[in-house]
Amino acid sequence: MAQNTRTVPAGTPTNVTQKHAKGGIGESTLRPDGTLKVTGEFAYSSDMWHEDMLWGQTLRSTVAHAEIVSIDISEALALPGVYSILTYDDLPAEMKNYGLEIQDTPVLANGRVRHHGEPVALVAADHPETARRAAAKIKIDYRELPLVTDEASALAEGAPLIHEGRDDHHIGHVPHPNIVHRQPIIRGDVAEARKRADVIVEGEYVFGMQDQAFLGPESGLAVPSEDGGVDLYVATQWLHSDLKQIAPVLGLPEEKVRMTLSGVGGAFGGREDISMQIHACLLALATNKPVKIVYNRFESFFGHVHRHPAKLHYEHGATKDGKLTHMKCRIVLDGGAYASASPAVVGNASSLSVGPYVIEDVDIEAIALYTNNPPCGAMRGFGAVQACFAYEAQMDKLAAKLGMDPVEFRQLNAMEMGTIMPTGQVVDSPAPVAELLRRVKARPLPPERQWETAGEGADVRALPGGLSNTTHGEGVVRGVGYAVGIKNVGFSEGFDDHSTARVRLEVINGEPVAMVHTAMAEVGQGGVTVHAQIARTELGVTQVTIHPADTQVGSAGSTSASRQTYMTGGAVKNTCEHVREALLEMGRRKNGSYHPAWAHAELLLEGGKVVTDGGEVLADIADILEGEAIDLELEFRHRPTVPFDLVTGQGDGHVQYTFAAHRAVVEVDTELGLVKVVELATAQDVGKALNMLSVVGQIQGGTIQGLGVAIMEEIIVDPKTAKVRNPSFTDYLIPTILDTPTIPVDVLELADPNAPYGLRGMGEAPTLSSTPAVLAAIRQATGLELNKTPIRPEALTGTL
Amino acid sequence: MRVNFTVNGRQQEADDVWEGESLLYVLRERLGLPGSKNACEQGECGSCTVRLDGVPVCSCLVAAGQVEGRDVVTVEGLADFAKQREEHGHGGACGSGGSAGGCGAKGGVTLDAAKRWQARPGDSQTGEGVELSAIQQAFIDAGAVQCGFCTPGLLVQADALLEENSSPSDQDIREALSGNLCRCTGYEKILDAVRLAAARQSEAV
Repeated sequence: MAQNTRTVPAGTPTNVTQKHAKGGIGESTLRPDGTLKVTGEFAYSSDMWHEDMLWGQTLRSTVAHAEIVSIDISEALALPGVYSILTYDDLPAEMKNYGLEIQDTPVLANGRVRHHGEPVALVAADHPETARRAAAKIKIDYRELPLVTDEASALAEGAPLIHEGRDDHHIGHVPHPNIVHRQPIIRGDVAEARKRADVIVEGEYVFGMQDQAFLGPESGLAVPSEDGGVDLYVATQWLHSDLKQIAPVLGLPEEKVRMTLSGVGGAFGGREDISMQIHACLLALATNKPVKIVYNRFESFFGHVHRHPAKLHYEHGATKDGKLTHMKCRIVLDGGAYASASPAVVGNASSLSVGPYVIEDVDIEAIALYTNNPPCGAMRGFGAVQACFAYEAQMDKLAAKLGMDPVEFRQLNAMEMGTIMPTGQVVDSPAPVAELLRRVKARPLPPERQWETAGEGADVRALPGGLSNTTHGEGVVRGVGYAVGIKNVGFSEGFDDHSTARVRLEVINGEPVAMVHTAMAEVGQGGVTVHAQIARTELGVTQVTIHPADTQVGSAGSTSASRQTYMTGGAVKNTCEHVREALLEMGRRKNGSYHPAWAHAELLLEGGKVVTDGGEVLADIADILEGEAIDLELEFRHRPTVPFDLVTGQGDGHVQYTFAAHRAVVEVDTELGLVKVVELATAQDVGKALNMLSVVGQIQGGTIQGLGVAIMEEIIVDPKTAKVRNPSFTDYLIPTILDTPTIPVDVLELADPNAPYGLRGMGEAPTLSSTPAVLAAIRQATGLELNKTPIRPEALTGTL
Repeated sequence: MRVNFTVNGRQQEADDVWEGESLLYVLRERLGLPGSKNACEQGECGSCTVRLDGVPVCSCLVAAGQVEGRDVVTVEGLADFAKQREEHGHGGACGSGGSAGGCGAKGGVTLDAAKRWQARPGDSQTGEGVELSAIQQAFIDAGAVQCGFCTPGLLVQADALLEENSSPSDQDIREALSGNLCRCTGYEKILDAVRLAAARQSEAV
């Protein structure tokens, strides 16, 4: 179980002016949607239904790079039950592309496909199977083109350009049009610092393509409206970003595309890009009928971007007393056919490539490629995850070469508050890196031969190979590994990152009730729980209702980058504070003359009443409101950031940093190459846990996604064809409960004075250090170098 | 074709069913019971788990025609199913004794028993006032629900586990739930929930 550690070494007190409220922040209140979710009543986007509804189906390319010579829809269109078939020529607006940052993604292929699974045509029919069969009857003649699949083929002389005639804002500074974005960071003098090094280690690391594998596939329902617009119910991470991309390609003003968030079956970055949104709207507008699209798992693997696979080359030096001297690295990320979030991933990978360590002399370069591989973009911890895997392997290599303990070596070089990042940014809030490592190391290890049961021999479920019954302990070797990571919180590099919250305070049945309305995508993280807690704390009310998320209120920004509790939580807090002020003003106006405290004391809202600092009740909130409502909608921003300099990489580009450490304990069957992770202990600083139950749930979930990419998960793209070979849960394996160890969690709360309540965004950090900790443990057990993740049995048995 | 079967204690009739439709499709799209989820459609994820004549099955792998005349329990009917088991002792021998006994591998509820109970409507807007089974309440209390997409299948499977084994070890829980994927929680709180439900049930006995 989680340990809520409240005795902390340093930090500033959290800034709560309101006193503790029942069900307020800091309590582990339960999810408001919990009952609906356990009874099957919660309406996910795939559960939507409408009278007269049609089913949409996407036809996707069967090849990775080709010219489309012809498309013949006649046979498909003749199938009974088919209402409409759309191709590029049917697109209604001048704008035919979309994209998060660069609008390079065609709604439907325009004479050319750039990756396996690219949408080419759409079908609407009265039964999903009819739609599937019709799509299969569409005849497409492809003329295949040469493939770009890696850095060599992307930059080779005469290489095909994935996007010709680029005019985006990165083209001016990239060395080749097949590079989306390049970010160097130069600080200090590496050549000079290198001379001080007593040991130097180099490594080449390969990180596989991971899938978010959220359980609820992409889906939604588009309903045409009488005004020529469309109502879209969909599972997404950011309604307003979708809206900005959808409306132009439909040829509609944004106010005619009304979006409502449906139940979201997980996200993890995979819903930051558009999937079926535009397609469903196009079919709904073409047929004038409601159209539902639900991807199956196979299509889901093609329907969203993945985590960038990466090749990372690192060089580190250290003095013989264990001080890091310098670091050089080059990180090559494969962005696939379309840009998606690649530029931001490059920014993160470069600016966080040094890890949570003090190194003054660095020479860093990160690039993202355009290739014909599947598009890659946002996934939990993006950019930072790949880097952490590599620099943590380097730390172990250095420690080994110096004959030092790997944890002590890390602690000796750990950053802290006041450290200067390679970008020149000063870390100005707690950075308890050494302390996090200390905590995971201090925890007692699980017993040796933990699979042995009292008198009954081995419990194979606790051994590598599990119920396959491949060993009872023979050939099994234990390993223990450590890792720590750093992630940024929120949108960086000068992005105007803001969120909006509307709060309404009124009296219903004699009770003051707060209504919180935001466009925040609840994807499972528990934002809706926290919003209600914040409103209770700030307004001293018991009853809070959460309005459904839609585009009738201002943007909340994305549910990503560990930012929502900070940003939309901050927005709810901010609006509540203004509502409180408005209420007190109303009270002063009405009652001010009755009690001198109205004029002087610092007034609080508590238990539905206005009270003085000393607890004296001045009035009921209900009596002040007298049938009126206070209804405010306000924007909230974090402190501004600036873009990284394109030559030196200098600039205060990040809002906040977040840290976690892991210790992995594994048992490896060295004969068969099978791994059982026995325990993944973690410690993380969250600044302030608004809801400890949710915080621990996030940490454990993130930890296991890191375990997945350490030993199981990889989308395998055939290098000869650039086609995806394992788009199913039979072939792409995510951890089951049998693959998962116990995950003890140690939570620190060191307040960040710049953040609401002192909180620190925390959703991604656990995904960083989990992977390298598992790898380190396997290396310790096997003595192998293991520079590629995920680890497969062949890599451990030498049969690769 | 027409398929007649019992769902959550009610006789149901599905018309115009195409031969290729799965039980999951008929539940979700024809009978208005979308609680069972479609996450992989190939029996790997367990999100569509229902009980078919008492046996937990992936409803995506059951052809609709195969359920003719049979009895299905979905997550929507789980609370009442568990309540009637408690009140009338159907499957209770399995639940309290921890012995598979006469219940065998089928998860423990006879067709007769399964047919004798009825689902009741709840408040679908807020969920307030809804009576929950022990395992459902434990999932909420332990924080085992995040996005919730895996939850219906896990609940049906976990309820069947506790029916058969009232005090499972951690490894028993892991083995029983290994066919149900969850991507949000890392499973720790799901283990907590099953332990909690088991403990509450043993206190109540």
